Amino acid sequence: MTLIAFYILSSIVVASALFVVAARNPVHSVLWLILTFFTSAGLLVLIGAEFLAMLLVVVYVGAVAVLFLFVVMMLDIDFVALKQGFQNYLVIGILLALTLLAEIGIVVAAATFGGGATFDPNPGGPTNAEALSNVLYDDYLLLFQMCGIVLLVAMIGAIVLTLRSRPSVKRQNIAQQTGRKRKDAVELKDVRPGQGIP
Amino acid sequence: MSGAELGLGHYMAVSAALFTIGVFGIFVNRKNIIVILMSIELILLSVNINLVAFSVFNGTIMGQVFAMLVLTVAAAEAAVGLAILVVYFRNRGEIAVEDVNVLRG
Repeated sequence: MTLIAFYILSSIVVASALFVVAARNPVHSVLWLILTFFTSAGLLVLIGAEFLAMLLVVVYVGAVAVLFLFVVMMLDIDFVALKQGFQNYLVIGILLALTLLAEIGIVVAAATFGGGATFDPNPGGPTNAEALSNVLYDDYLLLFQMCGIVLLVAMIGAIVLTLRSRPSVKRQNIAQQTGRKRKDAVELKDVRPGQGIP
Repeated sequence: MSGAELGLGHYMAVSAALFTIGVFGIFVNRKNIIVILMSIELILLSVNINLVAFSVFNGTIMGQVFAMLVLTVAAAEAAVGLAILVVYFRNRGEIAVEDVNVLRG
């Protein structure tokens, strides 16, 4: 039963990944990408890595794919012009892909993988999330904090890159506002009757 | 579920296929930088699947921790890459990758 589910899910993953690459419209590519991520989360659930699977759905489907969709729809691009040259690179691309696959196969066939016999999705904890958190907040705390720094730097970088200052927009100048004195703003005039202010 | 029927080799095959499709996508979509970024995401996904499969089938949790790090870097890379893409489109009005060999201040 597990094997049948694996074959169904993995064939969906590979097929939708192919459609990501081959789709004419980038919007369709993003939708196929979402299907790929979602189905590979299913693949991870199948071997008991539930936490990573949920993380995959949240991060990729929830954030990255939506970001892609947003950018693809925001930019006004001639999609047909971008697809030109697909045929030219198709043959060499297929050749290169097959070579790469053969190389991976040779390496995998020649290598020996340590252990291998012990199937355990959550060593050191009753559930997958607990096993992960036991080491994540303990042994790998520094790595975890550095992840946060990477995300912070990426966020600041994205904001700095896309922020543009428009001089025509009026903004509040707080220093000027709080530094205002009474004598700069209000002036008392002694107005004589019948003469007005000169 | 017993680990005997569903093995490490199954997951490594899927991962290798995804990786190859990602590299193939970079090669055939030379002009479309959005699809190139998506292909990079596919490659990172294949790496993640491989790490998690090794972690589970060897009974060590380290692979899953490392997969989380890869996930973080993938998200950061996508955000910064798309920001660069938006800025480039704002400056040039098109996103043809072949014209990105000119550095102007």
